Order: sequence, then structure tokens, then C-alpha cells
Amino acid sequence: MSSRFRILLPVLSLAVLLAAVFYMQPRAMSYFGLNLLFNLAVPIALATVAQMMIIMVNDIDLSTGTFVSFVACVTATFLNDAPLVGLLILAGAIAVYAALGALIEARQLPAIVVTLGMSFVWGGLAVLILPSPGGSAPGWIRALMTAKPPLVPMAIVASVLLAAVAHFVVMRTSTGAILRAVGGNARAVSRSGWSVIRLRAGAYALAGFFGVLSGITLVGLTTSADANIALRYTLLSIAGVILGGGEFTGGRVSPVGAVIGALTLALAGSFLSFMRLSPDWQIGAQGAILILVLAVRLVFARNGRRKEAQHG
Amino acid sequence: MADTSVNRPSFIALSRRPWFWAWVASAAAYGATLLLIDGGGGIDLIQAALTFAAFSAIVGIGQMFVITLGPGNVDLSIPATMTLAATLSLKFMGGSAGLILPGLVVAVGVGFSAGVANYLLIRMLRIPPIIATLSASFLYQSLAIWSNRGLRIKPPQALSDFTTGTLLGVPNVALVGLAVALAAWVLLERSTFGRWISAFGQNERAARLSGVPVEMVRALTFIGSAVLAGFTGYLLASFSGGAALNMGTEYLLISIAVVVIGGCSIAGGYSNVPGIWGGALFMFLIVSMLNSYGLGAGFRLMITGAIIIGIVAAASGRDPQ
Repeated sequence: MSSRFRILLPVLSLAVLLAAVFYMQPRAMSYFGLNLLFNLAVPIALATVAQMMIIMVNDIDLSTGTFVSFVACVTATFLNDAPLVGLLILAGAIAVYAALGALIEARQLPAIVVTLGMSFVWGGLAVLILPSPGGSAPGWIRALMTAKPPLVPMAIVASVLLAAVAHFVVMRTSTGAILRAVGGNARAVSRSGWSVIRLRAGAYALAGFFGVLSGITLVGLTTSADANIALRYTLLSIAGVILGGGEFTGGRVSPVGAVIGALTLALAGSFLSFMRLSPDWQIGAQGAILILVLAVRLVFARNGRRKEAQHG
Repeated sequence: MADTSVNRPSFIALSRRPWFWAWVASAAAYGATLLLIDGGGGIDLIQAALTFAAFSAIVGIGQMFVITLGPGNVDLSIPATMTLAATLSLKFMGGSAGLILPGLVVAVGVGFSAGVANYLLIRMLRIPPIIATLSASFLYQSLAIWSNRGLRIKPPQALSDFTTGTLLGVPNVALVGLAVALAAWVLLERSTFGRWISAFGQNERAARLSGVPVEMVRALTFIGSAVLAGFTGYLLASFSGGAALNMGTEYLLISIAVVVIGGCSIAGGYSNVPGIWGGALFMFLIVSMLNSYGLGAGFRLMITGAIIIGIVAAASGRDPQ
């Protein structure tokens, strides 16, 4: 699949879903309606970009959900009461992520097991910080997340900004190209003189960074935190990356697609409430959309191959 | 894998078995706990460990077969399948003792259907199993939420008594878990099918070329994992007095952890059944040890996670063969 193809499908699925929502509820086609539809999209999109950084180097992060929950707990407590301590903790968390990347590469460990273990660690830390739901959001992040910019709702402004930044870092910088190459052929990267340990650590640090942003913005929306606040983000973020045209191997990811994938998942929930379906089906619908998109992608890929065969 | 050490039960031969260290670690955790509770309650602790380890071991065995198939093969739908099977079977039984066996059939049937659905997604969409089982688990979870409706239906009294009861001091659930493990051991070590699974994990292409029916092996493995998950859901819900929507959550992590701790190769191809039980016992005993040292839930989780990472980091230098 060419990269142009890769972005087409996510855009299409978001457009179809959005059109369906507007068709059923024309009033959603307004500033207020869009704000409501994409309300929780920003933290999901950030978590998805974090997951994408890991999938980019052929790994998978099963601790995204507990990590975002941990960050949310830190944000609602330390970052609010003692900003400097809070910032130090979050910087330390990013350093831990980098160290994990280095450890996984140096000892050739299966990332799925290491991140699984880390999900216990982050979960434990979150419970230690906030044994029961509580805390409160720092004023500045609350103000930022509830800001009402003219014309376009905050969630969309933030998503576009995120997509642009992630696209620049991953697709337009030389570091981004080398990082994707690690996913493509780590041995070749290593033979040409790069330290794969350092590169994998870098990819993990980026994931940690975006995970931190996800937790902070989540608290900005919910105003308080608890240790289980974002557990479903692990699955949502993986689904978002795949919906966005990312692949599991070969460093073939699309940052813009990942953000769109996350928006699609966030929208799926709102879509159901417009359908007057019970919220019970919300995660089910997200699964169904994922399967549907993968099926459509298979058809696209087959057509692509057929064309290639005709030309060759 | 010709094994010449079978008739030579020396310590060194034993210690080379991949499952050996899981059992040593379990024994150490058990001893450390006993030291703290002054020797009293040792039997109770073993009974509790056997009971809870049985649930982890049964789902862990299913996951083990899947992981044996090689990189990318993980069943992420185990928690949702457990919950769905438990919810539907308890609802079906409605507390009536006459429906215990049909209820079991319902639970196993739900697992079977989930396994078939998982496999069809993998096969027809050509997506990695991890994504197929992940997306399918969303659907199963939704079905469970929808059919549960917040009601907590009690299991039939006889079934509840069975799952919490003991036979000659051994918990019934543990006996069931041991029977499943024995069957799995025969399947893995003594049957053609077991050889096929290992061959698949060691080199799928070579296995295919040498005539292993790879698609059938993959299908049966995923179906087996889901059936065991459904069965565990049935047992666990009966044991704990009803199905809960989050009852499966922790078993995603546990099912993978016991495979890793048990000395199976996470890259596939090399697995063993005794290690699954060793890993399952260890996962329970380490928590009860930390508990008895008075550590709260937060520390318990952190140390469990650190131990899992420590074990893979230490095991990575070991040759899986």
C-alpha cells in the first residue's frame, strides 16, 4: 500500500461516520455539537500517537492504559499541589520509558511481556498515589481544555495540531526516518552505524512523552482522576493506530492516520448515542468498526496487488 | 527433542527443565509467607493457592498453546470470552440445579463460538491474531454487558458447593485444573497434534512444507484457548457466587505471565505444561507473600510487575532449546 492509499481509508471512514451522525442529528453540525462529539478525543488521540511510536519500532505497548492512568493521578495530585515535583515525576516516567526501550533492545526481550509487567508497575504506582478517586485538575490545563476558540472547537484544533506535530517529527525529520527504519530493518540500521539501543530508547521516550500529555489532558477534561481512569486506552490506542492505516511490522505507520483513527473511535461512541442504542454497545461498535475497516483495507490491498500484477 | 535425562532424576537434570525455576520460586514464596504467619495456616494457604492457581492455569494453558504458534500469536480475547461465557451460562442456569451440565455446555459452546470467530477473523481478514482477538473481544464484552444488565444471577447451589468444596483436602477446582493440565500435557508431548503445534512455532514455512496442516492447527489452537477461557469463566463465576463484568480483566495479564514464568518461549515453538502450573502458583503465592508482609495493593502490583520483567530479562539469556 502506498502512503497515499494508507491515509485515504482512515479519512474515508471518519467522513462516512461523521456524515451518518450529521444525517441522523443535523443539530450536531454546529460548534457546540462538534465540541460534544469530540469531547474526549484529545487524550485518546495523544495515547494513540504514543502507541504508534512503539508500533513504529515493531513493538506493542500493553501498558498505555495504566500509564495514562498513572499520569492522570500525578496530574490531579502532585502537578496540582506542587508543580515542580509533579513535573519531575513525569520527566522521570518518560526516562523510565526510554530505559525500557533500551532494555528491550539490549536483552532482546519481548516488548509485549515487558510492557505487560510495566502495566502492573504503573497501576501499582497509581493506586499508591490515589487510593480512591479524587484530586483536582490544575487550573491552567482545565482552562486550556475548556477553552472555546472562535469557529472551531478546541478538540479539533488540538487534534489538527497534534497530527501536524506528530507528522513532522515522524515523517519529516531525519530522526523520524531512522526510527521508522528500525521497524523496517533493525539490522540494516545497526550495520550502518546507528545505535539501535539508543534509537529504540528514543522511540519509547517519545511514547512516554505523548502518554504524559494524554494523562494531563484527560484530567483537564474530567477535573479529577482515579487509578483506573484510562485502562481502556490500551486497546483503544492499538485500535486507533490500526484504523489509521498503521501496520504491525516494518515501521509502516501514519501519524495523521493515527489521529484520525482515534477521532473515529471517539466518534463511534457518540454515533451510537444518536442511534439511541444503549451505551452497552459502545465498545462493541468500536470493535465492529475496527473489523469493518480491516475488511475494507483487505479489499483495497487486493485491488492494489491486482493492478501491480497487470502493470508488471 | 530426544530426552536422555528422563531416567536420570539428578538435580542437575531437573534444574535444566524449563519449568524448574517457576516451581522453585513458588516454593520460596510459600516458605517466605509461612515464616511470617508462624507456621500456622500452611494448609489453608496451599488450598487457597491451588484453587486460585487452577483458574490461572486453565486459561494459561489455552494461552500457552496460542503463544507456541509463534510471534504475534496471543489471544487477547480471553477476559471477554470468560465474562461472556460466565454471564450467559449463569443466566441460562438461573440457579436451577438440573441445568448444571447444560449450563456447562452453554459456557463451552460460547467459548467454541468465540474461538471460531477469532480464527475466521485471522484467516479471512489476514490480520495478526493480536488485532483479531482484540477487536473481537470488544464485541464479546459488549454482548456480555448487554446480557448481564447489572443483574447478578447466583449459580446453582450444588455447583457453587462443588467449586468451593474439597476432595480429601484438595480443592475440587484444583483437581479439575490438574485434569486439564494432564490432558494438555498428553496433547503437547505425546500426540502428533502437539508436535504440529511446536513445529508451527519453530518454523511455520518448514512445517507447512513438511505436510503439517497449518491452518487446521491454528484454528484448533485458537478454538481451544477460547473453550478453556469459557470453561474458566463458568468455574470462576460459580466459585465467586455470580458473574461480574470485570471478572476476566486480570486474567489477560495472568494468562500471559504464567506462560512466561513457566519457562515457555515467548517467541513460540517451545512450551511445557508443568511450568504453567508453577507460574500460576507463583503468581498467587507472591501476592499472598506481599500481603502477609503487610504491603498494600499498590506495592503488590508494583512488585509483581517488577518480578515479571526481571524473569524475562533473566530468562532471555537462556537458550530455549
